[in-house]
Amino acid sequence: MSKFRKAAGLALFAALVTAPALAGKVGLGREALPEEVAAWDIDVRPDGAGLPPGKGSVGDGEQLYLQQCASCHGEFGEGAGRWPVLVGGQGSLKSEGPEKTIGSFWPYASTTFDYIKRAMPYGNARSLSDDDVYAITAFLLNQNGIVKDDFVLSKENFSKVKLPNEQSFYDDDREKAERHFWQKDPCMKNCKPDAKVTGRARMVDVTPEDGKSIKVE
Amino acid sequence: MDHDPQFQKSRRGFLGGLGATAAGLSLAQAGAARAQAKPDPAITEIQDWNRYLGDGVAANPYGKPSKFEKGVVRRDVEWLTASRESSVNFTPLHALDGIITPNGLCFERHHGGSPEIDPSKHRLMINGLVDKPLVFTMDDLKRFPGRVNKVFFLECAANGGMEWKGAQLNGCQFTHGMVHNVMYTGLPLKVLLDEAGVKTNGKWVMPEGADSSAMTRSIPIEKAMQDCLVVWGMNGEALRQEQGYPLRIVVPGWEGNMWVKWLRRLEVGDQPWHHREETSKYTDLLADGRSRRFTWIMDAKSVVTSPSPQAPLKHKGPNVLSGLAWSGRGTIRRVDVTIDGGKNWQTARIDGPVLPMSLTRFYVDFNWDGREMLIQSRAMDDTGYVQPTKDELRKVRGLNSIYHNNGIQTWLVRSNGETENVEIS
Ligand code: HEC
Repeated sequence: MSKFRKAAGLALFAALVTAPALAGKVGLGREALPEEVAAWDIDVRPDGAGLPPGKGSVGDGEQLYLQQCASCHGEFGEGAGRWPVLVGGQGSLKSEGPEKTIGSFWPYASTTFDYIKRAMPYGNARSLSDDDVYAITAFLLNQNGIVKDDFVLSKENFSKVKLPNEQSFYDDDREKAERHFWQKDPCMKNCKPDAKVTGRARMVDVTPEDGKSIKVE
Repeated sequence: MDHDPQFQKSRRGFLGGLGATAAGLSLAQAGAARAQAKPDPAITEIQDWNRYLGDGVAANPYGKPSKFEKGVVRRDVEWLTASRESSVNFTPLHALDGIITPNGLCFERHHGGSPEIDPSKHRLMINGLVDKPLVFTMDDLKRFPGRVNKVFFLECAANGGMEWKGAQLNGCQFTHGMVHNVMYTGLPLKVLLDEAGVKTNGKWVMPEGADSSAMTRSIPIEKAMQDCLVVWGMNGEALRQEQGYPLRIVVPGWEGNMWVKWLRRLEVGDQPWHHREETSKYTDLLADGRSRRFTWIMDAKSVVTSPSPQAPLKHKGPNVLSGLAWSGRGTIRRVDVTIDGGKNWQTARIDGPVLPMSLTRFYVDFNWDGREMLIQSRAMDDTGYVQPTKDELRKVRGLNSIYHNNGIQTWLVRSNGETENVEIS
């Protein structure tokens, strides 16, 4: 390669790597259309942002729930078999077997609406109308003792619904509450007098055995 | 990394300290090789594989492990969940070495099954508080400047969640196998957010999946801009379907649930969304009935992978103890190992790359005289965090936390080499 052609080649490469940037933008991708954003942006926040227009009553919700949800979550939200429990559990959070439901644990009602709309019924997501989701949410709130039997939930009154456990949540404070886990020199020698076995997985005996319950992809 | 002078010193310290604190593991045992009375037929007889031709090159267009390794697979615990589409299986940590997890062995956790997505129909949308909402095709992303390759561990926040109340499962695959370590290929999330132009009031980013659970989480903008990635490659090839093909988000050091798979959308907002996976799930219920939320970081943790219940000791004499350590806060600085239930500790030898927010491999080469051992490992990271005991954790958090159990694991090795998951005083 002549000196000249080599220089020309380098110049071309330099031009390639400093592609014309439009106001610092790469220029890949295209603008999303409003219809496209609307199709995917269905998320709802505690302040009600994202709620679609619509409404639904506890009574309508009960019918829908019995048809579409009760087979897994139980007629009263008690959970059939090992499927999730949606109702009850109030007062259980400090016990040995806490039951975390919409009524006992969830901080915000908006989460119920958002989750049912995006992911339920399990295996048939996005099949419910917005009015259906309002109605089923109203029914689950009613079963958890949060709204009355004749309640009609709507975009307008949604943010007035408060769940009892909201104030029990606080931001991660491990760096303060667990400050003592940061140590300079952990003990290396004669750290304790004794080490005795106090519990054995074998006594519980729930480990899957070889050959059983193997899932080969 | 490995040449850290402090580490060199402690490595020598281990050999020196062996006699003093672990008399039973005497070096004298490692003497002359054993004598053999009869010739070994594995040597004297001509084997089939030595005489006949082996497989041709096309036998396996995509190579598979040897059939003799067929036991090295992901396993699940059937009683844990109601349906396999909303379930989890576990990485066989006891059978792996080094720091990289093979793609087909990375544990799976799905909330609505693993979808088969046609990449030509996959789109990534960025919307919300941005100057210009954008849509990218996979081709757009693969043409985008600034591609990077980075190794990170991913640990499910519920890894070890079954062990809060006591030792339950016999095998580090089940007690610790909701973790994997992969080299990802993709783009810093920042370059895509910059392309859309985040408005000044944009404080949170919400990734969303395209699967039937349409998974969502809220990520603070600082983290999103700092080190999150949008990736299509793992360990040199395309993401596996069950790991989010064709696109997932990587949130280094933070709980696995946030690493949304089958990523189709990123929304920028001014507040967190408080969606199901950051309220009902992935919040840590404490003994007083209150709950910590946004416990994103995975604290330092380690486990001895061998010996362990699925990898018992088979021989007296020379043996290799091996394990993994990791921290979501940074780089592993040191791993200590005890064989007497925590009375005395020795610093392990770290080998292989020592990277921030990556699995780190450690070893202790030792001689075993057949004595019973209570083996533990204890990780320290470069913030000075020391992995706590399970009892220390329970003291702060109670028994109902489910998530973030990074307590020290104990294996009881009995004199016949059998190894059990136990708890000790
Ligand atoms: C085929 C069984 C099935 C049906 C039918 C079903 N669900 Fe579910 N539901 C599930 C499973 C499984 C989960 C947990 C999914 C996961 O792992 O993320 C769940 C989770 C939920 C949750 C969150 C529970 C929690 O504690 O976090 C709510 C709320 C819910 N379902 C509501 C509904 C409603 C309302 C319907 C009817 C419209 C419905 N489900 C129909 C199986 C079902």
